[in-house]
Amino acid sequence: MSLPIVRCLSRSIVNPARRRGLVRFGQGLAMASLAVRPEVSQADAARDRLQAAIAEFTQGRVMVPDSTRLRIEIDALVENGNSVPIRVSALSPMTDTDHVQRILILAPRNPQPQVALFHLGVHSGRAEVATRFRMAESQSLQALALFSDGRIHRAQADVVVTLAACLEN
Amino acid sequence: MSRAVVRVPQQVRAGEVIEITAMVAHPMETGYRTGDDGRIVPRHIVRELQCEFDGQTVFRMTFFPALTANPWVAFPLRAERSGLLTFTWTDDQGRVVIERAELRVS
Repeated sequence: MSLPIVRCLSRSIVNPARRRGLVRFGQGLAMASLAVRPEVSQADAARDRLQAAIAEFTQGRVMVPDSTRLRIEIDALVENGNSVPIRVSALSPMTDTDHVQRILILAPRNPQPQVALFHLGVHSGRAEVATRFRMAESQSLQALALFSDGRIHRAQADVVVTLAACLEN
Repeated sequence: MSRAVVRVPQQVRAGEVIEITAMVAHPMETGYRTGDDGRIVPRHIVRELQCEFDGQTVFRMTFFPALTANPWVAFPLRAERSGLLTFTWTDDQGRVVIERAELRVS
Protein backbone atom coordinates (compact mmCIF):
# COMPACT_ATOMS: atom_id res chain seq x y z
CA MET A 1 0.00 0.00 0.00
CA SER A 2 2.91 2.34 0.66
CA LEU A 3 4.54 1.73 -2.70
CA PRO A 4 2.14 3.78 -4.86
CA ILE A 5 2.41 6.70 -2.46
CA VAL A 6 6.19 6.64 -2.72
CA ARG A 7 5.84 6.58 -6.50
CA CYS A 8 3.50 9.57 -6.36
CA LEU A 9 5.89 11.60 -4.30
CA SER A 10 8.87 10.73 -6.44
CA ARG A 11 7.02 11.98 -9.48
CA SER A 12 6.10 15.24 -7.86
CA ILE A 13 9.58 16.61 -8.35
CA VAL A 14 9.70 18.58 -11.54
CA ASN A 15 13.29 18.57 -12.61
CA PRO A 16 15.11 15.22 -12.96
CA ALA A 17 18.48 16.80 -12.14
CA ARG A 18 16.94 18.40 -9.06
CA ARG A 19 15.35 15.07 -8.22
CA ARG A 20 18.74 13.35 -8.30
CA GLY A 21 20.08 16.17 -6.17
CA LEU A 22 17.30 15.70 -3.65
CA VAL A 23 17.83 11.95 -3.62
CA ARG A 24 21.51 12.52 -2.88
CA PHE A 25 20.51 15.10 -0.30
CA GLY A 26 18.14 12.59 1.26
CA GLN A 27 20.80 9.90 1.30
CA GLY A 28 23.18 12.34 2.96
CA LEU A 29 20.60 13.07 5.61
CA ALA A 30 19.96 9.38 6.18
CA MET A 31 23.65 8.73 6.60
CA ALA A 32 23.96 11.62 8.99
CA SER A 33 21.05 10.05 10.94
CA LEU A 34 19.26 13.37 11.12
CA ALA A 35 15.60 13.31 12.10
CA VAL A 36 14.47 15.24 9.02
CA ARG A 37 11.74 13.61 6.98
CA PRO A 38 11.89 14.01 3.20
CA GLU A 39 8.14 14.78 3.06
CA VAL A 40 8.81 18.10 4.77
CA SER A 41 10.98 19.36 1.93
CA GLN A 42 8.44 17.98 -0.57
CA ALA A 43 5.69 20.03 1.06
CA ASP A 44 7.91 23.12 1.08
CA ALA A 45 8.73 22.68 -2.59
CA ALA A 46 5.02 22.30 -3.46
CA ARG A 47 4.18 25.45 -1.49
CA ASP A 48 6.94 27.37 -3.27
CA ARG A 49 5.67 26.25 -6.67
CA LEU A 50 2.13 27.33 -5.78
CA GLN A 51 3.27 30.73 -4.51
CA ALA A 52 5.31 31.27 -7.67
CA ALA A 53 2.36 30.34 -9.89
CA ILE A 54 0.02 32.70 -8.00
CA ALA A 55 2.56 35.54 -8.04
CA GLU A 56 3.07 35.15 -11.78
CA PHE A 57 -0.68 35.51 -12.33
CA THR A 58 -1.45 38.27 -9.81
CA GLN A 59 1.60 40.45 -10.54
CA GLY A 60 1.14 42.04 -7.14
CA ARG A 61 -2.50 43.04 -7.71
CA VAL A 62 -5.13 43.19 -4.97
CA MET A 63 -6.77 39.83 -4.29
CA VAL A 64 -10.32 39.10 -3.16
CA PRO A 65 -9.64 35.71 -1.50
CA ASP A 66 -13.15 34.29 -1.04
CA SER A 67 -14.93 35.95 -3.89
CA THR A 68 -18.68 35.76 -4.35
CA ARG A 69 -18.15 36.63 -8.02
CA LEU A 70 -16.19 33.49 -8.87
CA ARG A 71 -17.36 29.89 -8.67
CA ILE A 72 -15.79 26.47 -9.21
CA GLU A 73 -18.17 23.70 -10.27
CA ILE A 74 -16.65 20.30 -9.56
CA ASP A 75 -17.70 17.06 -7.86
CA ALA A 76 -16.59 16.95 -4.21
CA LEU A 77 -15.83 13.25 -4.61
CA VAL A 78 -14.07 12.05 -7.75
CA GLU A 79 -13.54 8.38 -8.52
CA ASN A 80 -11.04 8.72 -11.33
CA GLY A 81 -8.31 11.34 -11.00
CA ASN A 82 -7.27 10.79 -14.61
CA SER A 83 -10.16 12.81 -16.01
CA VAL A 84 -11.87 15.29 -13.72
CA PRO A 85 -14.40 17.70 -15.26
CA ILE A 86 -14.25 21.25 -13.93
CA ARG A 87 -16.17 24.42 -14.76
CA VAL A 88 -15.27 27.90 -13.58
CA SER A 89 -17.64 30.81 -13.94
CA ALA A 90 -17.49 34.44 -12.88
CA LEU A 91 -20.33 36.88 -12.28
CA SER A 92 -19.57 39.58 -14.82
CA PRO A 93 -21.61 41.59 -17.33
CA MET A 94 -18.65 41.30 -19.74
CA THR A 95 -18.93 44.92 -20.82
CA ASP A 96 -16.11 47.25 -21.88
CA THR A 97 -15.82 48.59 -18.34
CA ASP A 98 -16.46 45.39 -16.39
CA HIS A 99 -15.26 42.08 -17.71
CA VAL A 100 -13.05 39.11 -16.93
CA GLN A 101 -9.77 38.95 -18.81
CA ARG A 102 -8.10 35.79 -17.53
CA ILE A 103 -8.96 32.70 -15.51
CA LEU A 104 -6.32 30.39 -14.01
CA ILE A 105 -7.05 26.97 -12.50
CA LEU A 106 -4.62 25.68 -9.88
CA ALA A 107 -4.22 22.20 -8.36
CA PRO A 108 -1.73 22.95 -5.55
CA ARG A 109 -0.80 19.33 -4.85
CA ASN A 110 -0.15 18.32 -8.44
CA PRO A 111 3.50 18.16 -9.58
CA GLN A 112 2.89 21.47 -11.37
CA PRO A 113 0.16 23.61 -9.78
CA GLN A 114 -1.09 25.28 -12.96
CA VAL A 115 -3.84 23.36 -14.77
CA ALA A 116 -5.04 25.77 -17.45
CA LEU A 117 -5.00 29.49 -18.23
CA PHE A 118 -7.91 30.97 -20.20
CA HIS A 119 -7.91 34.36 -21.94
CA LEU A 120 -11.36 35.94 -22.31
CA GLY A 121 -12.69 39.32 -23.37
CA VAL A 122 -15.80 41.42 -23.94
CA HIS A 123 -16.52 39.35 -27.09
CA SER A 124 -16.78 36.23 -24.88
CA GLY A 125 -20.17 37.46 -23.64
CA ARG A 126 -19.94 35.32 -20.53
CA ALA A 127 -17.11 34.42 -18.15
CA GLU A 128 -17.41 30.66 -18.05
CA VAL A 129 -14.97 27.96 -19.09
CA ALA A 130 -14.80 24.19 -18.67
CA THR A 131 -12.19 21.51 -19.18
CA ARG A 132 -11.00 18.11 -17.91
CA PHE A 133 -7.82 17.56 -15.93
CA ARG A 134 -5.78 15.08 -13.88
CA MET A 135 -5.51 15.14 -10.10
CA ALA A 136 -2.51 13.57 -8.39
CA GLU A 137 -4.25 13.45 -5.01
CA SER A 138 -7.11 14.89 -2.95
CA GLN A 139 -6.66 18.62 -2.54
CA SER A 140 -8.16 22.07 -2.41
CA LEU A 141 -8.39 23.50 -5.92
CA GLN A 142 -8.15 27.20 -6.63
CA ALA A 143 -9.41 29.39 -9.43
CA LEU A 144 -8.12 32.93 -9.94
CA ALA A 145 -9.78 35.46 -12.21
CA LEU A 146 -8.38 38.78 -13.36
CA PHE A 147 -11.14 41.37 -13.75
CA SER A 148 -10.83 44.48 -15.89
CA ASP A 149 -10.65 46.69 -12.79
CA GLY A 150 -7.31 45.03 -12.05
CA ARG A 151 -8.53 42.97 -9.11
CA ILE A 152 -7.93 39.25 -8.72
CA HIS A 153 -10.83 37.15 -7.43
CA ARG A 154 -10.19 33.74 -5.94
CA ALA A 155 -12.44 30.72 -5.36
CA GLN A 156 -11.58 27.39 -3.77
CA ALA A 157 -13.08 23.89 -3.84
CA ASP A 158 -12.10 20.79 -1.87
CA VAL A 159 -12.01 17.58 -3.91
CA VAL A 160 -11.42 14.04 -2.70
CA VAL A 161 -10.01 11.59 -5.25
CA THR A 162 -10.33 7.85 -4.74
CA LEU A 163 -8.08 6.82 -7.66
CA ALA A 164 -5.26 9.31 -8.11
CA ALA A 165 -3.94 10.02 -11.59
CA CYS A 166 -0.32 9.24 -10.71
CA LEU A 167 -1.12 5.62 -9.86
CA GLU A 168 -1.68 4.84 -13.50
CA ASN A 169 1.68 4.28 -15.07
CA MET B 1 -1.34 15.14 -33.46
CA SER B 2 -3.96 14.93 -36.13
CA ARG B 3 -7.63 14.73 -35.33
CA ALA B 4 -9.66 17.52 -33.84
CA VAL B 5 -13.35 17.89 -33.11
CA VAL B 6 -15.10 21.21 -32.59
CA ARG B 7 -18.75 21.81 -31.88
CA VAL B 8 -20.51 25.06 -32.62
CA PRO B 9 -24.23 25.43 -31.87
CA GLN B 10 -26.62 25.73 -34.81
CA GLN B 11 -29.56 28.12 -35.14
CA VAL B 12 -27.90 30.94 -33.27
CA ARG B 13 -29.57 34.35 -32.94
CA ALA B 14 -27.57 37.56 -33.18
CA GLY B 15 -26.27 38.64 -29.79
CA GLU B 16 -26.71 35.21 -28.26
CA VAL B 17 -23.85 33.90 -26.11
CA ILE B 18 -22.96 30.38 -27.24
CA GLU B 19 -20.69 27.71 -25.82
CA ILE B 20 -18.13 26.23 -28.19
CA THR B 21 -16.34 22.96 -27.42
CA ALA B 22 -13.04 21.86 -28.90
CA MET B 23 -11.02 18.67 -28.52
CA VAL B 24 -7.79 17.53 -30.14
CA ALA B 25 -6.25 14.05 -30.23
CA HIS B 26 -3.01 14.26 -28.26
CA PRO B 27 -1.18 12.06 -25.67
CA MET B 28 -0.50 15.02 -23.30
CA GLU B 29 2.53 13.22 -21.86
CA THR B 30 3.14 15.00 -18.57
CA GLY B 31 6.91 14.62 -18.26
CA TYR B 32 6.47 13.29 -14.71
CA ARG B 33 5.93 9.62 -15.55
CA THR B 34 8.67 7.01 -15.58
CA GLY B 35 8.72 4.49 -18.42
CA ASP B 36 9.46 0.77 -18.21
CA ASP B 37 13.18 1.54 -18.47
CA GLY B 38 12.98 3.64 -15.31
CA ARG B 39 13.60 6.89 -17.16
CA ILE B 40 11.30 9.90 -17.18
CA VAL B 41 9.10 9.90 -20.29
CA PRO B 42 9.79 13.28 -21.94
CA ARG B 43 7.07 15.92 -21.72
CA HIS B 44 4.94 16.21 -24.85
CA ILE B 45 1.86 18.35 -24.42
CA VAL B 46 -0.29 20.81 -26.33
CA ARG B 47 0.87 24.29 -25.36
CA GLU B 48 -1.84 26.50 -26.67
CA LEU B 49 -5.21 26.71 -28.34
CA GLN B 50 -6.19 29.83 -30.18
CA CYS B 51 -9.62 30.48 -31.65
CA GLU B 52 -10.14 33.20 -34.23
CA PHE B 53 -13.37 34.54 -35.65
CA ASP B 54 -12.82 36.01 -39.12
CA GLY B 55 -9.18 36.61 -38.23
CA GLN B 56 -9.75 38.17 -34.81
CA THR B 57 -8.67 36.22 -31.73
CA VAL B 58 -11.73 35.54 -29.56
CA PHE B 59 -10.28 32.92 -27.20
CA ARG B 60 -6.87 31.71 -26.14
CA MET B 61 -5.85 29.01 -23.70
CA THR B 62 -2.50 27.96 -22.27
CA PHE B 63 -2.25 24.25 -21.50
CA PHE B 64 -0.32 22.58 -18.67
CA PRO B 65 0.56 18.88 -18.13
CA ALA B 66 -2.44 18.41 -15.80
CA LEU B 67 -4.89 18.57 -18.69
CA THR B 68 -6.11 15.15 -19.84
CA ALA B 69 -4.97 13.28 -22.89
CA ASN B 70 -7.10 14.40 -25.85
CA PRO B 71 -7.68 17.72 -24.08
CA TRP B 72 -11.20 19.13 -24.17
CA VAL B 73 -12.35 22.67 -23.52
CA ALA B 74 -15.59 24.62 -23.56
CA PHE B 75 -15.58 28.41 -23.90
CA PRO B 76 -18.14 31.16 -24.55
CA LEU B 77 -18.59 33.51 -27.50
CA ARG B 78 -21.07 36.28 -28.18
CA ALA B 79 -22.34 35.52 -31.68
CA GLU B 80 -22.96 38.84 -33.43
CA ARG B 81 -22.80 37.70 -37.06
CA SER B 82 -22.03 34.73 -39.27
CA GLY B 83 -18.40 33.98 -39.99
CA LEU B 84 -15.58 31.48 -39.92
CA LEU B 85 -14.08 30.10 -36.71
CA THR B 86 -10.49 28.87 -36.90
CA PHE B 87 -9.03 26.72 -34.12
CA THR B 88 -5.25 26.32 -33.89
CA TRP B 89 -3.52 23.94 -31.46
CA THR B 90 0.27 24.06 -31.08
CA ASP B 91 2.22 21.39 -29.21
CA ASP B 92 5.69 21.03 -27.61
CA GLN B 93 7.16 19.70 -30.85
CA GLY B 94 5.88 22.65 -32.82
CA ARG B 95 3.19 20.63 -34.55
CA VAL B 96 0.05 22.50 -35.42
CA VAL B 97 -3.50 21.27 -35.91
CA ILE B 98 -6.00 23.59 -37.55
CA GLU B 99 -9.74 23.02 -37.61
CA ARG B 100 -12.39 25.32 -39.03
CA ALA B 101 -16.10 25.68 -38.37
CA GLU B 102 -18.81 27.90 -39.76
CA LEU B 103 -20.78 30.06 -37.35
CA ARG B 104 -24.23 30.79 -38.76
CA VAL B 105 -26.18 33.56 -37.10
CA SER B 106 -29.77 34.35 -38.07
